[in-house]
Amino acid sequence: MIHMPVASLLALAAVLFCIGLYGALTKRNLIMVLVSIEMMLSAVNINLVTFSRLGAAPNLTGQVFALFSITVAAAEIAVGFALVLAFFRLRKSTEVKDADSQKK
Amino acid sequence: MSMLALLVPLFPLLAGVISFFFRRLPGAFHATISVVLLIPSVVFAIVLFLYVHAHPGVVLRQVIPWLVLPSFSIHVGIQVNALTALMLVIVTFVSILVFMFSYGYLRTDERLSIYYSYLNLFVFSMLALVLSPNLLQLYLFWEMVGLCSYLLVGYWFAKPEAARAARKSFVVTRIGDAGLFAGILLLGFAAGTFNDADYSILARHGTLALPWLSEPYLVTLATLLIFIGAVGKSAQLPLHVWLPDAMEGPTPVSALIHAATMVAAGVYLVAREFPLFAESHVTMTVVAYVGAVTALFASLIAITQQDIKRVIAYSTVSQLGYMMLALGIGAYADGVFHLFTHAFFKALLFLAAGSVIHALGGTQDLALMGGLRRKMPITFYTFLAGALALSGIFPFAGFWSKDAILGAAMAKGDWVLYLLGLIAAFCTAFYIFRVVFLTFAGAPRDEDLHAHAHEGGWVMTVPLVILGLFATFAGFINTPWNDDFLSRFLTATKTPKPIPASYSHWPLTSMAISLAVGLCGIGLAAWMYGGGKGFRKVPSAFKPWYALSRNKFYVDEVYSWTVVRGGKLLAALVDLVDRYLIEGLTRLVGLFFYGIGNVLRYTQTGQIQTYGTFALVGLVVFLVVAVFRVGGVF
Repeated sequence: MIHMPVASLLALAAVLFCIGLYGALTKRNLIMVLVSIEMMLSAVNINLVTFSRLGAAPNLTGQVFALFSITVAAAEIAVGFALVLAFFRLRKSTEVKDADSQKK
Repeated sequence: MSMLALLVPLFPLLAGVISFFFRRLPGAFHATISVVLLIPSVVFAIVLFLYVHAHPGVVLRQVIPWLVLPSFSIHVGIQVNALTALMLVIVTFVSILVFMFSYGYLRTDERLSIYYSYLNLFVFSMLALVLSPNLLQLYLFWEMVGLCSYLLVGYWFAKPEAARAARKSFVVTRIGDAGLFAGILLLGFAAGTFNDADYSILARHGTLALPWLSEPYLVTLATLLIFIGAVGKSAQLPLHVWLPDAMEGPTPVSALIHAATMVAAGVYLVAREFPLFAESHVTMTVVAYVGAVTALFASLIAITQQDIKRVIAYSTVSQLGYMMLALGIGAYADGVFHLFTHAFFKALLFLAAGSVIHALGGTQDLALMGGLRRKMPITFYTFLAGALALSGIFPFAGFWSKDAILGAAMAKGDWVLYLLGLIAAFCTAFYIFRVVFLTFAGAPRDEDLHAHAHEGGWVMTVPLVILGLFATFAGFINTPWNDDFLSRFLTATKTPKPIPASYSHWPLTSMAISLAVGLCGIGLAAWMYGGGKGFRKVPSAFKPWYALSRNKFYVDEVYSWTVVRGGKLLAALVDLVDRYLIEGLTRLVGLFFYGIGNVLRYTQTGQIQTYGTFALVGLVVFLVVAVFRVGGVF
């Protein structure tokens, strides 16, 4: 079994998270924002699996937790797309800047 | 027995509550329920009176703790002594007759239910005031009495004069109330209790003092402050100005205020605190002189007034002055005796005047009256009985009580007070018979009004006749023939009051002088106004004096120029400070935050991504700080 250093796995997760965060905060398209959020979730899952295997007290809890996380993420993306769809029907747009009803 | 005393004020309260909540019912219902519910109060009051009479010196007292503090406790409850029992009888008895008369007077008024609920509340407050076991509770009901008089004087509040008069009565008596409250607090702190029965005992032992105020000064100061309250309530100089203006209320209300419920409270307070007042020579002198000067001053004003109610109102001020005079010279029982007889004949005079006003369609101007003797015989004879009683003519009620006061002043050898009282007695006889002649004698001065004049039906004449009988005979309760029954009752002694050696040959002399003076006053009035001469032209020599009296010695004008203008100036200054300084500061604060908000408004874009960025920046800042703290940088 190849031994990966913990640091590189965590660095990968951190990079992935930052890319997701950057996307979520800057992308103009709502779908792209959702995709970015999924990337952040994946980064978290990588962290969970890493620590379940290479943490101070390795056990299966982290991996089970990651499975749950993936399931919930699937449900979340379904809801997210439903919201985007509803928004599109309302505004005829998928632009983030059009979702500004908080200001009004 | 004390339960009985508790019930006395509760009946009028019940009637008042019923009248207040069942406004849709007709006026006759409210009048009936008020009168019927007051009957048990009258009966209980008389029972209490007889009980106290059978047990001289008894004090029925029933209190429950209301507020208990480690060093101080306040009680509420009831207390009946001889003075209280007498007051209960006066108040309930006069009130029931006024209740009855009111229905005749205000039959067509639409707000009769409100009128009766106020009236009942008024009587309840007065009864509760009289029954109070301590000064704090007394003060509570003292204020309620003031409130009710405000409501009733301003009953026709749509009339600007009535609204103004109500406000005036409230504000002027409030000045006195402030004094009273200060006095109560002073005594409360000095004695550690509000139970006023203890005060005179403490004072006699010399323990009624504060660290910064020794006993004689404290007693004098406290009693003077309490007396200020009585001056306001009982309309003594210089706070008498509200009472004549209070004539704007319905006439039965005036009868109630003047005879039973409002002004009697001040005299009652002084009589109640009499043992304490007697400890201070200064206060007693002040009380006596204020009373005597008021008696003369008000009777001089009454001589020239043209409004029938105003004459009687100033007469009340004057008679209250007599009561204060009596209390001030130590003739406690005589002062209370005068309160007792005055209640009957003054209620009578007001109700009879109300009957005249009612018959003439609301006019109160003596210039429009005259010749009513044949048209309204019952009113005439009862008014005459009241006038004779007020003038102090034998054997009417006022003779006995007023003469007792003048006789006491004479016996004390205080000739200034005696002369003031005597001149006032002369003026009294003159002004009231001026009213009698102008109202009832001669030919009518206004034919139209005269033609429609009539008696007001039995609800109005029955109270008049009953009060007429009392105004005639009530004086016999306290004559030498029954060894001064009332004085013995009030002072709880079995023997008649000890007559000082110098006094023993005075009563007859004093009685003869008073009677002669009263008859002279009547004679002068008959000479000037008798036989329907009507108003006379004032001789030019008397013009300035006439104007002085007619304009009430310009007291109102003086107050208007000094107190009212001064107050308005002060108010204007305060208004400026409030408007520009206080409000300016608050506006500045408001403006500051408005500016901040205006700047921060631009950060609120409604874009979720902007908010997310802010949250991220915040998180980073927190993390940086946390990391640096862990690293020990700061």
